[in-house]
Amino acid sequence: MKKIILIFLFFFAYHILYVLFSLANYFPSVFQLFEALLRNFSSQEIYLHMIASLSRILIGFLIASVVGISMGLVLAHYQRIKYLTFYIELLRPIPPIAWIPIAIIIFGLDNSSAYFIVFLGAFFPIFTNTYIGALSIPTIYKNIALSFQINEITYFFKILFFFALPHIFTGLKIGIGMAWMSVIAAELTGAQSGLGYYIQLNRLLLQTDNIIIGMMLIGIIGNLLQKLIDITEKMIVV
Amino acid sequence: MIRINDISFSYPANKSTKQKIVLNNINFSIQNGEFVTVLGRSGCGKTTLVNILAGYLVPHTGGIFINDVEVKKPGRNRIIVNQENDLFNWMTVFENMKLVSNNEVEIKNKLELVSLDKHAQYFPNHLSGGMKKRLSLARALVVNPNFLILDEPFGSLDHYKKDSLHIELDELFLSTKKTVLLVTHDIDEALFLSDRIIVLGKNPTTIVSQFNIKFSHPRKANIKNSAKFNEYKNKIKISYK
Repeated sequence: MKKIILIFLFFFAYHILYVLFSLANYFPSVFQLFEALLRNFSSQEIYLHMIASLSRILIGFLIASVVGISMGLVLAHYQRIKYLTFYIELLRPIPPIAWIPIAIIIFGLDNSSAYFIVFLGAFFPIFTNTYIGALSIPTIYKNIALSFQINEITYFFKILFFFALPHIFTGLKIGIGMAWMSVIAAELTGAQSGLGYYIQLNRLLLQTDNIIIGMMLIGIIGNLLQKLIDITEKMIVV
Repeated sequence: MIRINDISFSYPANKSTKQKIVLNNINFSIQNGEFVTVLGRSGCGKTTLVNILAGYLVPHTGGIFINDVEVKKPGRNRIIVNQENDLFNWMTVFENMKLVSNNEVEIKNKLELVSLDKHAQYFPNHLSGGMKKRLSLARALVVNPNFLILDEPFGSLDHYKKDSLHIELDELFLSTKKTVLLVTHDIDEALFLSDRIIVLGKNPTTIVSQFNIKFSHPRKANIKNSAKFNEYKNKIKISYK
């Protein structure tokens, strides 16, 4: 109920600003927005764009999760190779959007470029949080594993992974947000489908109402993805 | 038999501290089935001794021998029950046991022994402090070690909980006949449970005295009020000084 009131307040504030500053020449009214929303949802196009963006997110994010979690656990456990984090520290500050030209050169203008950009956006927060989580495992757990001669594979999958799990989920939540931002950035520049492409297309067509609908969908879907990870976390983490 | 042979250990100097000798020529042995307590004040090096016995630290001199074979690395022949919670909180009671043993019959037996068989599907966070300690004990016993090391296992429990666990522990070791080394600073606990008490002095840590405790097993709670118990207690306090 609170959320419905908040949404209503948002559109009310939008309408006040719209009237106060006479924005009719630049922005659609609330009513035009609703009309655009109904128009968009009655056509197939917007669904195809949403599916295109979501499939890129899913693949890029899954790869980033597997690689980020595995590398985080391995580098935290084997301190002899921890200097490899130097490369990650060097690459981390580069924003995913700066990789787009390189991605296009390597992968061309197809989906692989978008997967790569999504991967880069999600990988660093997932890796960093997993690494920090695994590093903080108490000595007492390591000692228990040594005394009971628990083998490395069991240690990784049943002890280290589960101990680091709350940190891993923090990384996944930040990572999914970054992945979503990255896929939209990738689609704004080098894709023929997706919500980023849809916004870019409507910019050229001067369809501001569709641009705002596209932005609203990005916000809503991004939020739903975060919620999905929250629910998964509550189901898994004891 | 477990033989602790001429163990010395010191922490190296660093920028802010000088080299600190923690253990100095510690020698004692424990017969099979004997319950021995190492008693010492906080900071006297008890935990360092425990870490050496478990194989987590390497002594500068001397060694640990189990049945005359030197042991240098941690292993299932000697298991520690720690003061801190050492259970895996994301695993159920049964899964904590299953992690260290595949013998489900033995797991059930040990859980029954510590009265946790009805709590097999609980997570450690849903157990009381005393139940957690009993689970740690059951986990240690399920691998059938030669030697059990209890590092202030009841340090975090209240007085009443401790008393009932002491009785349970005494009964448990009477039935399993395990060789046990308890490390504690609690004189009452040491006297109630042990066959022998080794008192450690401080700076550097050496053995200052040993006492054979001649109470028969199983021990009853009321021995803590006996004249003999107080006599032992006074002797130990004097040797502490």
